[in-house]
Amino acid sequence: MIKIRNIHKSYTNGQMNLHVLKGINLDIEAGEMISIMGPSGSGKSTLLNIFGILDNYDNGEYYLDGKKIQNLNERKAALLRNRMLGFVFQAFNLVSFKNAMENVALPLYYQKVPRRKRNKIALEYLDKLGLKDWAHHLPNELSGGQKQRVAIARALITQPKVILADEPTGALDSVTSQEMMNLLTEINQTGITMIIVTHELDIARRTQKTIRIIDGTIQEIVENEVQSTKYEDRTQVRSNVIASEAKQPKNEVTSVSRPKQYEKVA
Amino acid sequence: MFELDKWQEIYSTIRKNKLRTFLTGFAVAWGIFMLIILLGSGKGLENGVTDQFQGGANNGIWISSGMTSKEFKGLQAGRMIRFTNDDYNLLKESVRDHEYMSSRMFLGNIITSYKNEYGSFYLSPCHPDYGNIKEVEMIRGRFLNYLDIDEFRKVAVIGEKVKQDLFKEPDTVAMGEYLNINGVLFRVVGVFRDFGRDDSEQRRIYIPISTAQRVFSGQNVVSQISFTTGDASVEEVDLMLDYTRNLLAKKHTFDTEDQRAVSIWNKNEDFRRFQGLFMGIRLFIWIVGIGTIIAGIVGVSNIMMISVKERTKEIGIRKALGATPFSIISLILREAIVITGFSGYIGLVLGIGVLELISRNLPETDFFRSPEANFSIAVGATILLIAAGTLAGLFPARKAARIKPIEALRDE
Ligand SMILES: Nc1ncnc2c1ncn2[C@@H]1O[C@H](COP(=O)(O)OP(=O)(O)OP(=O)(O)O)[C@@H](O)[C@H]1O
Ligand SMILES: [Mg+2]
Repeated sequence: MIKIRNIHKSYTNGQMNLHVLKGINLDIEAGEMISIMGPSGSGKSTLLNIFGILDNYDNGEYYLDGKKIQNLNERKAALLRNRMLGFVFQAFNLVSFKNAMENVALPLYYQKVPRRKRNKIALEYLDKLGLKDWAHHLPNELSGGQKQRVAIARALITQPKVILADEPTGALDSVTSQEMMNLLTEINQTGITMIIVTHELDIARRTQKTIRIIDGTIQEIVENEVQSTKYEDRTQVRSNVIASEAKQPKNEVTSVSRPKQYEKVA
Repeated sequence: MFELDKWQEIYSTIRKNKLRTFLTGFAVAWGIFMLIILLGSGKGLENGVTDQFQGGANNGIWISSGMTSKEFKGLQAGRMIRFTNDDYNLLKESVRDHEYMSSRMFLGNIITSYKNEYGSFYLSPCHPDYGNIKEVEMIRGRFLNYLDIDEFRKVAVIGEKVKQDLFKEPDTVAMGEYLNINGVLFRVVGVFRDFGRDDSEQRRIYIPISTAQRVFSGQNVVSQISFTTGDASVEEVDLMLDYTRNLLAKKHTFDTEDQRAVSIWNKNEDFRRFQGLFMGIRLFIWIVGIGTIIAGIVGVSNIMMISVKERTKEIGIRKALGATPFSIISLILREAIVITGFSGYIGLVLGIGVLELISRNLPETDFFRSPEANFSIAVGATILLIAAGTLAGLFPARKAARIKPIEALRDE
C-alpha cells in the first residue's frame, strides 16, 4: 500500500539546514497496522506528513497504492487526501464552530455529497462509534475521548485506504487510550491500513509492527508477538524487544544529534 | 455558483461569528446608505430645478423690451424701448430660420365671468404659434388660428382650471359658451392643458393679440416676442440671436452691447448650463460616495484578513480533509460577497426609505422636490456591492489559500 525508497527531507530555517529524514526505506502492506516510535524530533511526524501528502520530500520515491507521489500540485494532493487518506491527530483538530455531525460530514462536503445525505452518513458513523447522542454537540462540549472518536469517524467517513494517526492517544488517559486502540484495531480489521505514531509502548505493542526511528533513520523494525483486541488481555502479552523505548519530555528542545536519554519503563 | 450547499456552508460560518459579521457589514451598509442619500438629494435638487424649465419648448427664445442703459448716438441712457407689431413683422420676415413665432401682451390677471361665476385669470393675448412655443395640449376644441387674428375675432382658449372654476356643472363642455372678460364677451373655442411647473399655467386664457390690441389697449403695443429655433444647432442659434439683436438695435437705435435695452432669454442655453452643473454635482456625489464605500471595503478586507488569521487552523483542517485551494478561495470570497452584499442591501433599503420619508414630509421648494433613487441607481449600487465584496475578499482569500496544512495543524 505504501512503498518508500530512500526518502530524504530537510528543513531550511534561514542559515540552518536541518536534515530530518536521512534515507528511509519502508514497505507497508495493505491491511497492516503498524506503529512508529522514536524520540522527539526524530522525524516521525515529518514522515507521516509525507505519507499524508501534506508535505513534500526532497529525494527518493514514494508510491501510494501503486501511484507515484511526486511534486503534486495542491489540488491533486487535496483530491488524493480526500479519497485515499484519513487523518487522526493528537490535538483532534475538530472545527470548533461545527457540531460533531458537521465535523464528521466535512470530508464529504469536499466530495460534493449533498448536505442531507452526508449528514445522514455522518450520523451512521457516529452511531457506530457510540456517539449518536452527541451528534449535535460542539467539540468543546465533548470529552477528549469523545473528540477523538469524532475525529476517527471523520477519518472513516470517506472509506479511506489508509488512516494516518499522529499520537492519537497523546492527549488521552490510559484507559481511554486503550479503548481508542480497541477501536483502531477493529477498524484495521475491516481492511484499512493503519499507521500510528506514538510515544507509548502500550500502544505500540498492540500493532503488528513497530518501526523505531532515531535521528532520521530506521533503527529497527520489530514484529510484535501477539495481537489482542481487548485491553484486559494485554497484561498477559509481552512485546519482545522494545523495552527501553520511552517517552521524552515533550516541550524540551531536542536536536537530532543530542545524546538520547532513555528511561526505563517501570 | 448557485449550489445551495456552498451558501449553507457560508451561512453557518457567518452565523457562528455574529459580532464580527455585524461589525464588518456596518461599514459597508453605512457607505451605501450615504451614497443613496447623496444621490437621492442630488436628484431632488435636479428635479426641483428642472421643473423650473418645464412648460414650453426647450428651443424657445424669449425677447422682452426694456430700458437702455448706455448712451448711444446722442440718445440718453434710460430711454424705454417699446415693441410694436412692426417688430414682430420685422422678426417674422427677417429671422428666417425660426420655426414658430408669436408676440404677446402682458395684461395680467383680469376678472372674468360666466353667468354667475367669477374668477380672476391671467389673460394672455398672443399669436396662434404661441400654442406650439408653449407646448400646450388641447383637450377640447382648437388653439387660436390666423383667421382669428385677421378678423379680430373675440374667441378664447381657456385652461383646464379656468373651465373647472367657471363651469361648475360637471358635464358642460364649455365650448361655444361666452365668457365676459373685462366687459367684453369672448366665445370659448378650446380647452387646454399645460404641463408647466404649476397651476398658474392652467389658469390662463389665450385670446388673439389683434383683438386684444383693439378692445383693451387701442394700440399696437407688444410686450414680448418669442420664437423657437427649430432644429438649428447651438452655433446657428447663436448666429440667429446675434442677428436678431443687431436688427432690433438698428431699428430702435441702441447699442448692440446694451443688454438692458432688449433682453433675450435662450432657454436652451440655460438648460444646458444647468445640465452641466448637474453632471458636475452627480460626479462629485459618486466620487464622495465611492470614497465612503472604499473605506468600507478596506474595513471588510481588514477584518477578513484578521478572520483568516484566526481561522488558520480551521482552514488547515479543511485542506487536510481535501479542500482544494480553489474551494478555500471561493469560501472566503463568497463570505466577503455575502457580508458586503447583504449589509449593503440593508444600507440601500434604509437609504431609499429615508429618501421616501423626506419626499413625503418635506415641503417642496422651487429648488428641491421629490428626492429619489431610481432603478438604475439601485442596479448600479448592486453591481458596485458585488464588485466591492469581491475586492474586499480578494486578499484575505489569497492569504487563506496559501495556508499550509502542516503549519496550521502543528500544535503550539
Ligand atoms: N516546518 C518545519 N520547519 C523547520 N523545521 C521543522 C519543521 N517541521 C519539523 N521541523 C523539525 O524537524 C525535526 C523533526 O520534526 P518531527 O515533527 O518530524 O519530529 P517528531 O519525531 O514528530 O517529534 P515529536 O515526537 O516531538 O512529535 C524537528 O527538529 C523539528 O524541529
Ligand atoms: Mg510529532
